[in-house]
Amino acid sequence: MSTKPQDILLGVDVPIDAGLQRAAGGPTQAIIDEVRASGLRGRGGAGFPTATKWQLAKDATGEAKFVVCNADEGEPGTFKDRVLLTERADLVFEGMALAGRAIGASQGIVYLRGEYRYLRAHLESVLSARRDRRVLGTAILGIPGFDFDIEIHMGAGAYVCGEETALIESLEGHRGEPRNRPPFPVNTGFFGQPTIVNNVETLALAARIVHRGGAWFAGFGTPASRGYKLFSVSGDCEKPGVYELPMGIKVMELLELVGGLHAKAVQVGGASGRCISRAEFDRSLCFEDLATGGAIMVIGPGRDMLRVAKNFLEFFVEESCGQCTPCRAGNVALLEGIELLIAGRCSMAHLHELKSLGETMRLTAKCGLGQSSPQAFLSIVEQFSDEVLGQQPRA
Amino acid sequence: MNTPNYRRTQTQSRAPTSMQINPIPAAPSELGEHGQVEISIDGQQAKVPYGTTILDAARSIGIRIPTLCHHPDLCVAGVCRICVVEVAGQRNLQASCAYPITAPLQIQTHTRSVRTARRHILDLMLTNHYGECYACWRNRNCELQTLAEEYGVDWFRFGHVKEPIYAIDASSHAVVRDMNKCILCRRCVRTCIDLQEVGALEAIRRGADTVISTFADKPLGEVVCIGCGQCINRCPTGALQANDPTDEVWEAIDNPRKHVVVQTAPSPRAAIGECFGQAPGKALTGELNTALHFCGFDRVFDTNFAADLTIMEEATELLIRLRKALVDGENVALPQFTSCSPGWVKFLEHFYPEMIPHLSSAKSPQQMFGTIIKTYYAKVHGLDPSDVVTVALMPCSAKKFECNRPEMVDSGYKDVDFGLTTREMAAMIKEAGIDLPAMKPSGFDDPFGTATGSGVVFGATGGVMEAALRTAIELVTGDKVERLFQHADITPVRGMEGVRYAEVTIDRVGPVPELLRKHFTSFDFLLGQTLKVGIAHGTANAKKVVQDIKDGGKFASCHFIEFMACPGGCLGGGGQPIPTSPEIRAARAKAIYAEDRHAAVRKSHENPDVLKMYREFLTDGPCGEQAHHLLHTHYTPRGKFIV
Repeated sequence: MSTKPQDILLGVDVPIDAGLQRAAGGPTQAIIDEVRASGLRGRGGAGFPTATKWQLAKDATGEAKFVVCNADEGEPGTFKDRVLLTERADLVFEGMALAGRAIGASQGIVYLRGEYRYLRAHLESVLSARRDRRVLGTAILGIPGFDFDIEIHMGAGAYVCGEETALIESLEGHRGEPRNRPPFPVNTGFFGQPTIVNNVETLALAARIVHRGGAWFAGFGTPASRGYKLFSVSGDCEKPGVYELPMGIKVMELLELVGGLHAKAVQVGGASGRCISRAEFDRSLCFEDLATGGAIMVIGPGRDMLRVAKNFLEFFVEESCGQCTPCRAGNVALLEGIELLIAGRCSMAHLHELKSLGETMRLTAKCGLGQSSPQAFLSIVEQFSDEVLGQQPRA
Repeated sequence: MNTPNYRRTQTQSRAPTSMQINPIPAAPSELGEHGQVEISIDGQQAKVPYGTTILDAARSIGIRIPTLCHHPDLCVAGVCRICVVEVAGQRNLQASCAYPITAPLQIQTHTRSVRTARRHILDLMLTNHYGECYACWRNRNCELQTLAEEYGVDWFRFGHVKEPIYAIDASSHAVVRDMNKCILCRRCVRTCIDLQEVGALEAIRRGADTVISTFADKPLGEVVCIGCGQCINRCPTGALQANDPTDEVWEAIDNPRKHVVVQTAPSPRAAIGECFGQAPGKALTGELNTALHFCGFDRVFDTNFAADLTIMEEATELLIRLRKALVDGENVALPQFTSCSPGWVKFLEHFYPEMIPHLSSAKSPQQMFGTIIKTYYAKVHGLDPSDVVTVALMPCSAKKFECNRPEMVDSGYKDVDFGLTTREMAAMIKEAGIDLPAMKPSGFDDPFGTATGSGVVFGATGGVMEAALRTAIELVTGDKVERLFQHADITPVRGMEGVRYAEVTIDRVGPVPELLRKHFTSFDFLLGQTLKVGIAHGTANAKKVVQDIKDGGKFASCHFIEFMACPGGCLGGGGQPIPTSPEIRAARAKAIYAEDRHAAVRKSHENPDVLKMYREFLTDGPCGEQAHHLLHTHYTPRGKFIV
């Protein structure tokens, strides 16, 4: 593995608008081709190939197209986008402009998490400076027809609005609830128009990739998970924070880096992710093994795993949008199951039924939130069965 | 934001996009001219048009997939997830109702994981579904109950709510909401916003706290609900119900001092058989008469009599408006709107109060009849009106609101005491131990025993217009309407299209009939005029027409427009048997038109009892002073703002 470059997202020599300078004047397809060569996959967690998404939107027909930056960073344990928006906002906006150039959109929207309201003034000033520098607005870099502007839209605190179709629904002024798919937003998105929704980090990386070339980025990481990734590390470790690490890094290596080797478990991917035990610490953080949007929660030896699971389920019971049955009522059933386990009063038959219910939720929920909501529960009862089943019965 | 000027063009629905199937990209050319996609469902091969949902595709080849939130009249929410199927190559199960087929698919509808999932979903719904089936008005007519039985639910695997959480909202005269039984399928929400474009209901709060509610959680009686009850007809459980006065009606029947009179509207007769296991489309008019006597009603009258009276008043009012506009040069509100649908009236009062002058001041048949019974009938029969109880059997929940309108007391008493829905009357008949279809048919009671086919067709969309045209044409031309329309079937105004338009040119005028001489000296002003009429059913369609009038479109030049709040007209009313679908409504319409075809008298102005009424009681004729006092009403601008 090559050494970490100094001009990737959190490096010390990250140039601004170098990608835009390089590619803006060229053919739009070249932008997508460069991103495709990089193997970049969505950094929000789902890992959809970014170039494929852009290509679909480019090829779709519509009265207008939109680039939406998903800055609703609501996954518990994730805070990398906040760092990017604070320190690398230019890069994010540059990536949006490139995406707009690539798919033929002239409007970008940043859907900003409600709790990040304090960042808005900063972001507006960056946008304004970009307009002054002619890297945003009409005829960007003096190129006729390259018009692209960005607006900021505030979220209002709903976790589900990080799901792309619920986000669009919220943008349109409706209750934030996921839409039926297919068709997908690349065809029928914001106000029915072709729309790409990309994570903050994805867009920033796209800007770097267009500058340095796809091959450069593809030189890092693993075959199916190229490049570097930001990890939000929190919990029972000595050095929590945002780390930029190559894809494919082993959990153990990461724990060593952050001072968390004593961990009993690691929750990979936030509340919607899965919990792994020490036995799995040699697994890799990448799409082909442990896929993650970057949230790493270190769980120390003193933690009660049932309380951990309960905490996540309480979150989902509250944050489910309430639309589909499996997610709305399923998480309640799982939470009640956890409470029975804590009280030492859950039968094996019922536990078996709860696991099966978790599988149903994964298979049938309308959106990614519901589909992933049972993961933490399922992995904890699987990985920590001794602890989970070892409770003294209480009234 | 300066961007959202991109109005959704492919879909007209006002429901949020999360409750629709998004427009799919155009079919690729390699699929050929007809855009057929090859699929296999449970091993059966089929070719379906590009964009067909998996659910429709399965149904087209006879494969049943269970549904709950799906309804043939509504946009697709895809929220209950009971209809999930396995699609080869996909990680998750897919909701078949919301999945448009755009590429060849291999589908399996009842694999182990599908069956397990469906059972789980039912188990989950039951965790929050309060109550016992035998204590529910939807017992044996509940989609949740049916599916629970089909999927072998034999215990509450994930628990069952033991105490009600929500207070029952009975503030509306029309619709009672018991959210403890709600399974959040959102059919009511979609009915209200997608089908009716009223939007009184929406989900509030999130997650496990989600509940269907109103603006600011106000009682239903205080918000813009029009009382049409279409949500009741589409609710799969007992969460929604009409405000049921059955107990009071029984009490009146059981009180020997009370003279209880029931009037029956045409639509309930054409549908009540469905509550007794009959296929839709068979009218049980005579059987119902006998059954109602058995139940203990002292008199059974035909609302059609009052419908004929309504036509006389409404048609005269129209001719007066036309005279004022064409001869007197007065600025009168035209087109005239019908006013017999109380849901429609409340809709206009809420959403277009400025259009109220267009509403005919004639009361609906139900209210006219109530007034006549407590005045004329009571007088003729020497009854004290305070001992007369008037009950109206209606296909409607809004009629309950209408009879409780404070101004509906022109007889000096509450004109109509109770409005009963078709469903409630069926329950009363069952409670009396009567097997309705087995009853020996009998006629209506005098003195209002004669009704016309025109009164009957009131039950179908376009019916009021047809009845009004039959009468107006004959009164004005002095000639038979059959000259213009074979068998007096004015087919251009019939049908199930949401918005319709028709024209009739008045090519001759006759002498003014005696009944109308108070208002007209001659009809010459109508000679050569083209009478333009419109029809809209379902308030979403009504809204389109009213908006068109406001925009000066085609309907602005109309003279008379029939509006019905409910899709299909009264036969699709909110008090009709459940379930409902376009097919069921079409079958009911057939029964109604058959009854018209076989009626001895088919035109309102030929109804001998109506003519007698004008001779003996309302002696100054249609739209005369007495008629105005007893048969006409006024309206309340309500607006959309809720305090």
